[in-house]
Amino acid sequence: ETRGGNTIESTVATMVVNSVHWFRKGLRLHDNPALQEALNGADTVRCVYILDPWFAGSANVGINRWRFLLESLEDLDTSLRKLNSRLFVVRGQPADVFPRLFKEWNVTRLTFEYDSEPYGKERDAAIIKMAQEYGVETLVRNTHTLYSPDRIIEMNNHSPPLTFKRFQAIVNRLELPRKPLPTITQEQMARCRTRILDNHDERYGVPSLEELGFKTFKGDSSHVWKGGETEALERLNKHLDRKAWVANFERPRINAQSLFASPTGLSPYLRFGCLSCRVFYYNLRDLYMKLRRHSSPPLSLFGQLLWREFFYTAATNNPNFDRMEGNPICVQIPWDHNPEALAKWAEGRTGFPWIDAIMTQLRQEGWIHHLARHAVACFLTRGDLWISWESGMKVFEELLLDADWSVNAGSWMWLSCSAFFQQFFHCYCPVGFGRRTDPSGDYIRRYIPKLKDYPNRYIYEPWNAPESVQKEANCIVGVDYPKPMINHAESSRLNIERMKQVYQQLSHYRGLSLLASVPTIQEEAEPPMSDDSYASSSTAGEARQSSIIILTGFTVQLSVFFALFLSVNQNVTTLPDLTKKSFTMPKKINA
Amino acid sequence: MKRRLSRDREDRPSSCKGPADSCKRVRQPAEDSGDVLPDWARLPQEMLLHIFQYLPLLDRAFASQVCRGWNEAFHMPELWRCFEFELNQPASSYLKATHPDLIKQIIKRHSNHLQYVSFKVDSSTESAEAACDILSQLVNCSLKTLGLISTARPSFMELPKSHFISALTVVFVNSKSLSSLKIDDTPVDDPSLKVLVANNSDTLKLLKMSSCPHVSPAGILCVADQCHGLRELALNYHLLSDELLLALSSEKHVHLEHLRIDVVSENPGQQFHTIKKSSWDAMVRHSPKFNLVMYFFLYEDEFGPFFRDEIPVTHLYFGRSVSKEVLGRVGMNCPRLVELVVCANGLRPLDEELIRIAERCQHLSAIGLGECEVSCSAFVEFVKMCGRRLSQLSIMEEVLIPDHKYSLDEIHWEVSKHLGRVWFPDMMPTW
Repeated sequence: ETRGGNTIESTVATMVVNSVHWFRKGLRLHDNPALQEALNGADTVRCVYILDPWFAGSANVGINRWRFLLESLEDLDTSLRKLNSRLFVVRGQPADVFPRLFKEWNVTRLTFEYDSEPYGKERDAAIIKMAQEYGVETLVRNTHTLYSPDRIIEMNNHSPPLTFKRFQAIVNRLELPRKPLPTITQEQMARCRTRILDNHDERYGVPSLEELGFKTFKGDSSHVWKGGETEALERLNKHLDRKAWVANFERPRINAQSLFASPTGLSPYLRFGCLSCRVFYYNLRDLYMKLRRHSSPPLSLFGQLLWREFFYTAATNNPNFDRMEGNPICVQIPWDHNPEALAKWAEGRTGFPWIDAIMTQLRQEGWIHHLARHAVACFLTRGDLWISWESGMKVFEELLLDADWSVNAGSWMWLSCSAFFQQFFHCYCPVGFGRRTDPSGDYIRRYIPKLKDYPNRYIYEPWNAPESVQKEANCIVGVDYPKPMINHAESSRLNIERMKQVYQQLSHYRGLSLLASVPTIQEEAEPPMSDDSYASSSTAGEARQSSIIILTGFTVQLSVFFALFLSVNQNVTTLPDLTKKSFTMPKKINA
Repeated sequence: MKRRLSRDREDRPSSCKGPADSCKRVRQPAEDSGDVLPDWARLPQEMLLHIFQYLPLLDRAFASQVCRGWNEAFHMPELWRCFEFELNQPASSYLKATHPDLIKQIIKRHSNHLQYVSFKVDSSTESAEAACDILSQLVNCSLKTLGLISTARPSFMELPKSHFISALTVVFVNSKSLSSLKIDDTPVDDPSLKVLVANNSDTLKLLKMSSCPHVSPAGILCVADQCHGLRELALNYHLLSDELLLALSSEKHVHLEHLRIDVVSENPGQQFHTIKKSSWDAMVRHSPKFNLVMYFFLYEDEFGPFFRDEIPVTHLYFGRSVSKEVLGRVGMNCPRLVELVVCANGLRPLDEELIRIAERCQHLSAIGLGECEVSCSAFVEFVKMCGRRLSQLSIMEEVLIPDHKYSLDEIHWEVSKHLGRVWFPDMMPTW
């Protein structure tokens, strides 16, 4: 396994290929082109996972996420064992670990799946550079997303689509995603034997939760979501079976049952890459075409996957995507700073059973339905507490299995109406919305057992129950269960005013319409033309009027519009690439 | 002008020592070619004023450090007519605050120039106190506009009432020409409104005082009776009375432009009084073009007194769940309706109610539906009937129920056709 002889010729002739495949996400053996490249013509292959408990961003990781990750790694290890190999879990930071491994294993080739997130790109660029210095060839393949984010950005005139509709319009014009590759075979692996040392488990074994410092309890079977590729593929089959049985591809309307964790839910597996998004995509597509006699499926069939793509694309070139300040696409909103209120929300002690049940499920299991996410996100931000979405994002990052950087930050900005041109009028009532979703109250009773004896009439607002009812239910509000932390009517009144103030200041809209305070972008089926002439002739004042954008029928490059839209707000960094656009008179500040 | 220049430049003689290099570059060609090129330090004050008006405060402040001439321009009264004091504490806000030294400077040198002033405070009591502090010192001010704006929780409400009132009345008494006053979410009371009226009745045009719990209907009636130039008024429903509407419609009173009313439930099962149709009719006769904006934050069963008679509301917002029945009454009784926004309704289709609204609210141009249900066919019918007058159509995707005629994927083309522009429902991430 060492490099060949002393002469140059013999070095070339007996050039040994020692590959290392670096797992980060993409924790699977199926549809893994990067891993295939590692195997391709290699003499040895080692699959590594670098465990870096201190790497910025994942410091905020709760026990469920760690468990899911470790289970996924165990699953990989098991699968690799069947192929006469093992997973190498190496502790440390990639920048420190790789030089050591390159030397120790005489690595000549490094492969990994492309990570589109800004932090990931930076880290990988450094690793690639370092690999070059060690004479290691690097091969990267893009399989975490259906499409290449850079391609979509290019097709949208070099800026990421900022509305989901525009994103879909562009995706519609693309060819289908690349077909997934089959899983690694015995034959492929057989050609690249890896010597496994006896002390492999000690040196490179998958750690346990205890080893990482978590306390677990015997009989702690609350992990509803089992990590790993095997589980993912089983779930995929069940998911497809259910769809076939229902023979209905419409988006299912939420009912009480949807709130509970589904045995066919796939989002955490997509996030960790235990399931390839392309495999999911093509399976759905094939099933649809089989059942609907070969008619092409609408984009809405892939809604879940496309939202994921949308956020990855929006985030890939924006290192400030996860914060308000310095984020060119984020509206600067004067959120309140209130750690006490935030803690109540995060720990499910708001006094609103609907909110508390959701946050409890989140903390216990690591997954909540997307409408439940909307409810708690609205409550924290623009609905009731007026706390920054960044705080909510961090709590989700810790607790939510399928939250990764781009999707989590993007969703929070969307739900708090901080970006993406969202209307802010619809506020989810922490009592009414819950009651309408699950009139039976079973969801509340399951996650807040203290309230289980409350009658349906009061279970969503126990503070309104007469004392006799509270006594009978053995749960006094204010003693056994918290009082509601705010008055929803008052808070929502205040907050709709605040949002209106913010948006009206940005858009300088002076009218009375609530809906018109938020500029709307005309959605075109075709991506916008390069329309510099319009941009340079418009004044800041004109572009701010949403009515002109609608009525003139001009397609406005979103980046231009946004720059004009945001430029008068001094707290926001304007979009950098405005070199082509020229402004006429800026607005007088003291008007 | 982002370069930081040392402050001692102020003491040097007026010839420009500032961006010295560029001055030299400007001058040398002049000496060579004989052309007269501008001496930046000697620009006429009017020109400097004009330019400074385009600069944000920070850039102006930097410019003022360049030389004495520019410093003088910086302090010209015209540049100090408008100011927004931003009062934030690091513990309660992420935003920066107006520097205390700058505040001192303004009070010292410019308080008699200030005409349009607003205070933005965060949720901490200290910020509200700081605002009151500044207000009390505006003795030489003749303000035309005053705005007290809470950017988060209303901290003015946490101050001792007397403290707030005495600070506010300083402005009322000294200004004598207040035209616009925004004091929502403050502890203003009837006596202080009397002071306002005693000093500013001729000039007051705009008064926004939503959620001022210490004001009574009599207090606001006093304002309406005396301030005949009042064009815009915002208040809570409990202050609204037949007498108020009649006072606003009296002959002496100018045409009202808009009236904003917040209807907020303090406790479930609260009873609200009714306003007579005749009072509304008088308003419409007196001010035929006025806009009536109503925001409702009530429980479903508190809507009893509302929409029983015709009401001239133009902009209607339901911030909580509103029943099908009430929306039906809205269709019957709101012929002037321009915008309707419904946060939530509950899970019974609003087909009939929407069609009725399309029929009877001929001025409707904006509609927003949140957590509701409408069948696709009825929705298309609604849009067809309203046609191109719908400039705002914001419907959450979950609202539309596919039926035998239309699926979700088809509906946006149908609707776009009737609207004359490309339309999609509002979406939320389904991740």
